[in-house]
Amino acid sequence: MDTFEAIKATFFQECDELLADLETKLLDLESGAADDETINAVFRAVHSVKGGAGAFGLEALVRFAHVFETLLDELRAGRKPCDELTVRTLLRASDVLADHVAAAQGTGPEVEEARSAALVAELEVLTHGEGGSPAPDEAEDDFGFQPVAFDLPSLDLPSLDLPSPDAPGAPAAGGWRIVFRPHGRMYVNANETGLLLRELGRLGPLEVELDDSAVPMLDRLQPEENELVWTIRLTAPVDEAAVREVFDFVEGDCDLRIEPIAGEGPELPPLIETPDAPADDIDISALLAKVQDEPAAAVTPAAPATSAPAAAAPAASATAPTASSPPAAAAPATIRVDLERVDRLINVVGELVIQQAMLAQRVTESGLARSSGISVGLEDLELLTREIQDSVMAIRAQPVKSVFQRMPRLVREVAEMTGKRVRLVTEGEATEVDKTVVERLAEPITHMLRNAIDHGLETPEERTAAGKPSEGTVRLAALHRSGRIVIEISDDGRGINRERVRGIAVSKGLIAEDAALTDDEIDNLIFLPGFSTADAVSDISGRGVGMDVVRRSIQSLGGRISISSNPGKGSTFTLSLPLTLAVLDGMALGAAEQTLVAPLSAIVESLTPKAEDVHYVGGHDAVIRFREAFVPLVDVARTMGFRDAPVPPGQGVAVVVETESGARAALMVDAIHGQRQVVIKSLETNYQQVEGVAAATILGDGRVALILDVDALVANARRRPAAADLKLAS
Amino acid sequence: MTEAPTNAAARELIAFRIGEQEFCVDIMSVREIRGWTPATPLPRAPGYMKGVINLRGAVLPIIDLGARFGLRTSEPTARHVIMVAHIGGRMVGLLVDAVSDIIQLDDGAVQPTPDVASEEVRAFVKGIFALEGRMVSLVDLGLILPPAEAEAA
Repeated sequence: MDTFEAIKATFFQECDELLADLETKLLDLESGAADDETINAVFRAVHSVKGGAGAFGLEALVRFAHVFETLLDELRAGRKPCDELTVRTLLRASDVLADHVAAAQGTGPEVEEARSAALVAELEVLTHGEGGSPAPDEAEDDFGFQPVAFDLPSLDLPSLDLPSPDAPGAPAAGGWRIVFRPHGRMYVNANETGLLLRELGRLGPLEVELDDSAVPMLDRLQPEENELVWTIRLTAPVDEAAVREVFDFVEGDCDLRIEPIAGEGPELPPLIETPDAPADDIDISALLAKVQDEPAAAVTPAAPATSAPAAAAPAASATAPTASSPPAAAAPATIRVDLERVDRLINVVGELVIQQAMLAQRVTESGLARSSGISVGLEDLELLTREIQDSVMAIRAQPVKSVFQRMPRLVREVAEMTGKRVRLVTEGEATEVDKTVVERLAEPITHMLRNAIDHGLETPEERTAAGKPSEGTVRLAALHRSGRIVIEISDDGRGINRERVRGIAVSKGLIAEDAALTDDEIDNLIFLPGFSTADAVSDISGRGVGMDVVRRSIQSLGGRISISSNPGKGSTFTLSLPLTLAVLDGMALGAAEQTLVAPLSAIVESLTPKAEDVHYVGGHDAVIRFREAFVPLVDVARTMGFRDAPVPPGQGVAVVVETESGARAALMVDAIHGQRQVVIKSLETNYQQVEGVAAATILGDGRVALILDVDALVANARRRPAAADLKLAS
Repeated sequence: MTEAPTNAAARELIAFRIGEQEFCVDIMSVREIRGWTPATPLPRAPGYMKGVINLRGAVLPIIDLGARFGLRTSEPTARHVIMVAHIGGRMVGLLVDAVSDIIQLDDGAVQPTPDVASEEVRAFVKGIFALEGRMVSLVDLGLILPPAEAEAA
């Protein structure tokens, strides 16, 4: 990747952050949690996207952002009211802006011209009133950049050669005299005089004069303020609007006077002589260097932001108060780190943890007294190792905000499609979870939100008739609970229609017609494979994905999902997931002298069956009675091929597990060694996938232990269609 | 007797013994040599897969080369040796009886495997050569992994 591409990649990264910030702030506006600074922050976000896009010549993006920004500027100045309708339009505009960014980045499809144009029209109506025609005095704020014909092959900068419908402000034959005094604020907002002069330089030859007479002596200098005044003579027959366009970004943050030159020469000798030559013959780089050096030398103590615009940008956003989310207000300093480096660190720390455990075991075996120096030192080492491991895991931890903030848009779209009115409430966005988990949360959450709106919520009419507010509420919340992350998605809709669910389950042969099921069991039928099919789902939540797929994807992350529903009041889906995929909470089991690990999330309970508890069905298939149901018995050592004889009846321990499909089975093992937190190691890295084995881990004694794939193991042992134990329950 | 395509460049090989026979592999593919440690057996693995061991935090599969060549299965003892080799992007441990020598060899000295060798041996041995009166077989590590893996790798 060359430098330009690298910068571009950074721009898109920043765009993502800006767009997220934009949406958050707009939602604050919508919910009324906004203050004066919010609209400014919104403006800055769009403005920054536009600025960056301009530098990369992303014309469609710039054009759209400009119209968007123009309206925001009106709102910011209080010239237009920021009412509900406007905010909704702004939200939709932010969606289109995000699409434009995605299209420019190549990660999304081209934005449909009609959709973009329609919103542009809406924004313009809001900006200029019904007529859509701008008043003459705000002409400089009008549509697009002016046609700026310039050619600077030596600089290889993308041209901002954008079409403009009309160009008010007649060209002045003699050029323009521009008096420009930036306020300190302009630098705070990460603008720089040098860049503005470069923009002006694209219009034609410049004569720049710097007046530093107002700069006070050092002892009275206000470093945040600026007293420098630039007087620029632009000798090119360009429109006034084109000149104003250059200062568009800093309007309000400077004193600006633009007047036509009547043809007379400058009163004072200019600081920088420029030859009377066409623009493309000027050595702009040299000129720029000069121009930038001059102010920098004079201003360095006064405005440090000029030399470090990049540093100024985060500073500016950090000062923006975010009333709605106090924890986010104090944005701490961050660095971007290559993920690969973090992963390498995690791997090494994983090895450290194992080595430490091995060392501890060796020391114990050597029979050293617990009070000996080595044992004491080893204990300290263990504490330190744990702390390092926790800290390293914390590096990868990310707030679920990155997923949650994609959801308002989804909700808007689904609400629009279904004609329902929906309010999304999010809670616990700052809840942190491992990056790998965060990335895989988006899909199930998306699906369940769709489901909640499409199936859960009623239409506004139905809601009114039921005596509920016409606007439905969907709540998306994240919280930590006993070492796991819990995501709750609840709606205040109609709840699950148990009669219907039961009817579907019976008609699809998932349960027996006379099965006696509790309400809870009926609710959970929707997770059964084959429950939801095309005729049970609509366009929105359909897409060929049933709740069983959601459940499976959650379970593949070591998580569980459950539903509770209250007819007429709504439903709540609860997801519980491990905080990381690098570490697993497991139960160490002994089978035929091997140690195996079963994921704790799959284990229901364990028991020591007596010989008479085990019943044989047919030849060798054993079942065991567990809470009024017979569950199949799986002899782990036999199934894994470690030994031929089964665990003798009356010996061993049965660990009752629940598979992803909800079926239960009892794993017969020799012993339970206890609960362990194990570091997950892939078998595929150096070998291949092994049936019945999910992954491997390394035990304290340094040996490899296999982590059981409970589902495959159970399916393997039976090799016949999973007999739903629901039937047994009947 | 036909000569193998001649490449005059000398290369270094590492020679090892399985039973009475001597084999060698390119030294560049061998990362380290370590003593035998008990392996964790894998379910439903071919007989030559001894299982997996922990190599500084990585899970390393162990292949009993003797069994892979169809010679005999070793009951590993502390005297056995694991050569950690790099094969097609994977790390694999090769269980052998002992490492015997490091050999400098011109490619030109390698002769094709004679027809008398068993099917299995010929599948993995890409040539033989004489060394101080002994016969050494040059092993092609690319074919050592189980077939599905060789394709994937």
